[in-house]
Amino acid sequence: MSRLQIPLESTTLANGLRVVVVPERSVPVVTVGVYYHIGFRLEPEGRSGFAHLFEHMMFQGSAHADKLMHIRLVNASGGVLNGSTRYDVTNYFEAVPSNALERVLWLEADRMRALKVTQENLENQRDVVKEEVRVNVLNQPYGGFPWLDLPPVAYRKWANAHNFYGDFTDLDAATLEDVQQFFRTYYAPNNAVLLLIGDVAPEEGFALARRYFEDIPPGSPPLVPDVWESPPGEERRGTVPEKFGTLPAMAIGYHMPRRRTPDWYAVGLLDQILHGGRAGRVYRRLVQEKQIAVETSGGIHYPLGDVLDYDGPVLMVTQILHKPEYSAEATLAAFDQVVAELQEHGVSAEELAAVQVKFRSDYITALEAGLGGYLPRFGLMHYAACFTLFDNDPSLVNTILDGFLAVTPEQVRGAAQLYLQPSQRAIVLRQPVGRAASQPVAAGGV
Amino acid sequence: MAAGLQPLPTVPPPLAPERPVAWPRRTVHILSNGLRVVLVESHTIPKISIELFFRSGNAAATRIRPGLAEITAAVVRTGTATRTGPQIEESLRRMGAELSTSAGADTTAIVLSGLAEFADGLFELADDLARNASFPPEEFERERRQMLEELRIQRTTPSFLAGERLRRVLFGAHPYGLAAPAESDVAAYRREELEQFYREHYVAGDAVLLVVGDFAAERLLGLIEQRFSRWPTRQPPAPPSAPLPELRGRRVYLVHLPDAVQTQVLVGNRAITRPHPDWQRLAVANAIYGGAFHSRLVMNIREQKGYTYSPRSSVHALREHGYLTITAAVRNEVVAATLAEIFYEVDRLRALPVTEEELADMQQYLCGVFALGLTTQEGLLSQLATVYLHGLPEDYLETYRERVRAVRREDVLAAARRYFDSPNMQIVLVGDRAVVAEQAALFGEVELYDAQGNRLE
Repeated sequence: MSRLQIPLESTTLANGLRVVVVPERSVPVVTVGVYYHIGFRLEPEGRSGFAHLFEHMMFQGSAHADKLMHIRLVNASGGVLNGSTRYDVTNYFEAVPSNALERVLWLEADRMRALKVTQENLENQRDVVKEEVRVNVLNQPYGGFPWLDLPPVAYRKWANAHNFYGDFTDLDAATLEDVQQFFRTYYAPNNAVLLLIGDVAPEEGFALARRYFEDIPPGSPPLVPDVWESPPGEERRGTVPEKFGTLPAMAIGYHMPRRRTPDWYAVGLLDQILHGGRAGRVYRRLVQEKQIAVETSGGIHYPLGDVLDYDGPVLMVTQILHKPEYSAEATLAAFDQVVAELQEHGVSAEELAAVQVKFRSDYITALEAGLGGYLPRFGLMHYAACFTLFDNDPSLVNTILDGFLAVTPEQVRGAAQLYLQPSQRAIVLRQPVGRAASQPVAAGGV
Repeated sequence: MAAGLQPLPTVPPPLAPERPVAWPRRTVHILSNGLRVVLVESHTIPKISIELFFRSGNAAATRIRPGLAEITAAVVRTGTATRTGPQIEESLRRMGAELSTSAGADTTAIVLSGLAEFADGLFELADDLARNASFPPEEFERERRQMLEELRIQRTTPSFLAGERLRRVLFGAHPYGLAAPAESDVAAYRREELEQFYREHYVAGDAVLLVVGDFAAERLLGLIEQRFSRWPTRQPPAPPSAPLPELRGRRVYLVHLPDAVQTQVLVGNRAITRPHPDWQRLAVANAIYGGAFHSRLVMNIREQKGYTYSPRSSVHALREHGYLTITAAVRNEVVAATLAEIFYEVDRLRALPVTEEELADMQQYLCGVFALGLTTQEGLLSQLATVYLHGLPEDYLETYRERVRAVRREDVLAAARRYFDSPNMQIVLVGDRAVVAEQAALFGEVELYDAQGNRLE
């Protein structure tokens, strides 16, 4: 196996905007990303959901491109676009035929320079966001589980623990002044990275970046509070009623070590040993062998991201939908047995080697697509952006795998013993209420 | 401020000249037993994807029992003559691979994707799953229970309930009318029925093997010939059919979901299949109506009125029939207002020609997105599957952009009039009857159902 050699070049403009170019010229398309180092962790208190609402506002007009021009112009150039809000970044991205590159840069620069939104547009998008929350959370079985349910139980700092989609009262309280204030604080070029991936030469990409972005004035670096928090030292539990779904569900979240420490590489593999598909130990024991659970899934930063793309405290999450004839305690005991086995016996060299092959394969797949086949190199853009903003080193896309592939069975076992402790975890039960609950089924038939 | 720069334009820069798209080289070969093999080299990443499609799905399975294709596919991966389920899963991991086995209405698919260095092992596994599945009794019972629980959860999901009701309305007793089996069907499955479906339908005749990835086609074709030519020549039995219900006038089907804080709106009518000569015209009309972010429906009910997050219209092509849908999840107070806008936009599309600019923009969008899809292995696979599962011409990919650009304003108008069947569109609402029933009644006679599919009064 040869090491990855993605031809990546980067520079920093006079105003602090970092620029990364990855030339890949065999096909005439280019993916453009602008990542700002602000996610929902740092939205102002009393304004839960604001970072995400703000993301919607970035499509509502800027100095020379009124509402809808962003969408229309990209679509009518043969491209697609979107944005998303995560714990520590908010991103905006387009994939277009490369003859539209300059047009896309013009649009991105215009909204980085001067966002222009009206009260009417703010109210419109507030309504849209409320329907987004309803369709994804409030009107869905297991909506928001576990990504909205675990943080308030696992964390104590508001930054990590609050409702990221937003309480409707907080969304209602948001004003145009909040929008402009947030824009001034966090959307400066020196808090962002621009990525150009595909049919563009590095020198051409840098020249275009300078032309469109370099005269945008830098902002004073935002005061970033320390969001890190150590595990609570005791197991914490919470319960959330499930209004629609028929099966009881459980989520277990363990606090993880800091990114890019030796233990972090080990828990990256530990995660795959537990949650890596149907060969993962949680699925195999709970679904296949003991048949307590109907479905299991999980991971570090699950389900919003992975082990690479966050910049603060994070949980390794296990999500279990179990049969109603098993209690939550019996289900948890079965899960605990999986953990105890790992702590006691560790993992064989063979199992770890297989997991490392899968880890490598998954990473390569994510680089090429990661958000479906119609957003080329989305994963490459995403990781390069995170490594730039969090680590100041986009070239980690070529080397980050090495640390994971060097992890030994002893390190995995050590990490299991150190981090998979009850005192390091939070547990949330999502329990069906009323008529929704599925009735227990006698074993062996239906 | 960097020195020597021209002032920035205050209007968007024009498009630069277009660069030609290089079409991926395809190797197409039909084995003596009828298996059609399509190989496309794509060296973007060191991976290989293998998609094996059989031409039978849940529609064909209704001959035996509804949903049988789906559970057959689920159990196929749990054991073969020489491998247990856990052994299959472990070997996948050793090859850095993912596997999915699934069935839709018209097809069953075995899809493997892994590191290219393990290509031989991946083909060996695909062959084994397609030929030697052993249907272990205990795995079958486990999957049966899982399917049952999944069905129960689906019945609490608004989008599923809406789709299920619309399929029933549009297709009646035809197998396409059944979106999912009943719990009693699942309870009645017998292992021998799964084996029967497997034996009759997992066959070489009419099957398609798509392979995309980092390999040399010549070498791979040899390996495939050697392995897959051994399959006996056999055609799958044809799926059953049934006459379709006649739908005259709009009707409303309200699925009562107590305490729903939002209403799922789904409107639709039958349309055309993929090989139909009007397909491209309808596709453009649909894109302008509600098939893209900058489409009329999205601009209206999302960006102007804020009724919904994700409105969308789509054309669905099944093998024997097609249908068209318009959907939005909206807040309960604006259900009637949403339907009024949906029909306003339909009637506008049927009454007035689109503007030249609107058409040109949408043609550019469709052509561009198509080109984006050719640049990843995943995108290539989805486009190839469209071509070979719907029996489209061999030059479909190469001529796609020409055909999109050939669509004229009058074609869009004609397609809208023919296939956006406004007077006879069927309306499904999933929501709480207490807050939705009055609004529903404004649009036609209302039939009320519960989430289990029972008619209510």
